[in-house]
Amino acid sequence: MDFVNAIILLLNYIIVPALSYGSQLALGAIFVTIIYGILRFANFATGDMMSFGTMFAVLLTWYFQSLGISLGVLPTALLTIPFAIVITVLYMLTVDKFVFSYYRIKKSPPVMLAMVSIGVMFVTQAIVRIIIGPFDRRFFDGERFILKANEFKEMTGLNEGLAIKSTQVLTIIITVIVVSILFWFLNKTKTGKSMRAYSDNEDLALLSGIDPKRVVMITWMIAGILATIGGVLYGLDKSFKPFTFFNNMLPMFAAAIVGGIGNPFGAFLGGYVIAFSEIFITYAYKKFFMYVLPESMEPNSLIQLLSTDYKFAVSFSILVIVLLFRPSGIFKGKVL
Amino acid sequence: MAFFEGKEMTGGYGGPDIITSCTVDVNRGEIVAILGPNGAGKSTVMKAMLGLINLKSGTVTIDGKDISNLSPQDRVKQGISFVPQTRNVFTGLSVKENLEMGAFLRKEDLEKVIEEIYELFPILKEKQSQLVGELSGGQRQQVALGRALMIEPSVLMLDEPTAGVSPIVMDELFDHILKVKQTNVAIIMVEQNAKQALSISDRGYILVTGENKFSGTGKELLNDPRVRSSFLGG
Repeated sequence: MDFVNAIILLLNYIIVPALSYGSQLALGAIFVTIIYGILRFANFATGDMMSFGTMFAVLLTWYFQSLGISLGVLPTALLTIPFAIVITVLYMLTVDKFVFSYYRIKKSPPVMLAMVSIGVMFVTQAIVRIIIGPFDRRFFDGERFILKANEFKEMTGLNEGLAIKSTQVLTIIITVIVVSILFWFLNKTKTGKSMRAYSDNEDLALLSGIDPKRVVMITWMIAGILATIGGVLYGLDKSFKPFTFFNNMLPMFAAAIVGGIGNPFGAFLGGYVIAFSEIFITYAYKKFFMYVLPESMEPNSLIQLLSTDYKFAVSFSILVIVLLFRPSGIFKGKVL
Repeated sequence: MAFFEGKEMTGGYGGPDIITSCTVDVNRGEIVAILGPNGAGKSTVMKAMLGLINLKSGTVTIDGKDISNLSPQDRVKQGISFVPQTRNVFTGLSVKENLEMGAFLRKEDLEKVIEEIYELFPILKEKQSQLVGELSGGQRQQVALGRALMIEPSVLMLDEPTAGVSPIVMDELFDHILKVKQTNVAIIMVEQNAKQALSISDRGYILVTGENKFSGTGKELLNDPRVRSSFLGG
């Protein structure tokens, strides 16, 4: 029995990856939930808006690299995020002006706006594929690891190594910063409070003199920031492939709904709930049990509940279970 | 001429006219009750004066200024505050945030106004950081009144402020409304609880099928045998 090695094993393969994957999902889920809470529709273009923002970060990274600009040990992509955010926000505001605002002014039912967002999704997908193509792109540079598995083994003399990628740490730090600023903005500033008021009770917000146009504009700006940062962090950690962003929409929606749709803090925690469930359920525990159980009880199989190919099934199941038993989410949110 | 006046208002929601040639006026420091059976157009009168529906004819004036063509938001800027019957608070926001939102258009420091509201409704100070969704019905109505008072309005319009609250809470709410009146605000309220409403009102209007059937001081109406038999239950 060797508990220290077992814990390191779990840290290395479950907890660290789930924390960074959860952060990436959380940013997307807050995007979903804010659009739902304020503009009152499920935005199916979420994933592709993220890939749109990330695409510009990739293109700008290549450009910066060609100019010889870099951040040393940190990825150059961090430098491009502000520019990519500006482009993404402009794109979102343009789409809103020419597509969504028409249905909003007509007071179309939410399901119609959701269908419209599917149209926006296809167009955005096409734009991304025309500009950068459907292939896998790597745009990471700088120092890959903060802690390498071998170094850790040498340092501690344990059998199991703990590898921490710089992108994982960056993801977690940046997510915490972005989310803290967002919550400060929503809870402490006058504009943020007016957005919550608008989301809570639109008619009364109008009676109180809150300008709906301004609220909508700021919502898209926040959405653009979240989409770009979330997308770039995911792309740095794995790689940039337009299709994976579309795929990630399921866990993001699941996270938003688990957390109670319309509730940004719920969506934030929901991201981690989904990430941890996906990884916990698809991890092969054979080695873990080899450490904690006596040799005589050593397992012969992989002890994996589900193959990793089914990780989306996990978020989908959570989504269904939550909708069946707690439609307003774990934290208080709106009922879909 | 009265301070706030809706003169010979005719209009509805696009279909047939709900109110025809209806006149309602109120002065500062006065409470006016609009009463009448269900479907008489009480709320419609209020919505017309607030600009939520378009009038076919008639004018709305405040302090001698014609505001008939202003949007509800612009009328709010003229000092007209409205408390809807339902969904009149932000349930997901704290009591204090509700008050702050009420004064969204005001640029100056709000702390002083908020303190005045707390003096008027002491319970709100106690619960200032609690979510309004967690308060009782009577407390919510106080939040709704407080929110509307944040712009320091000259006219306060209340749509059934006592709907769905217990009799004790109702008396308490009427006390609060009387306190608001003393701050020299013109108050118009639509009410179902006719007797109680008339007893605190200076004047009342009784609408029947969109027309002003009776009007007079609260006492006159309460003692009028025709009004008693038709609307007050004898």
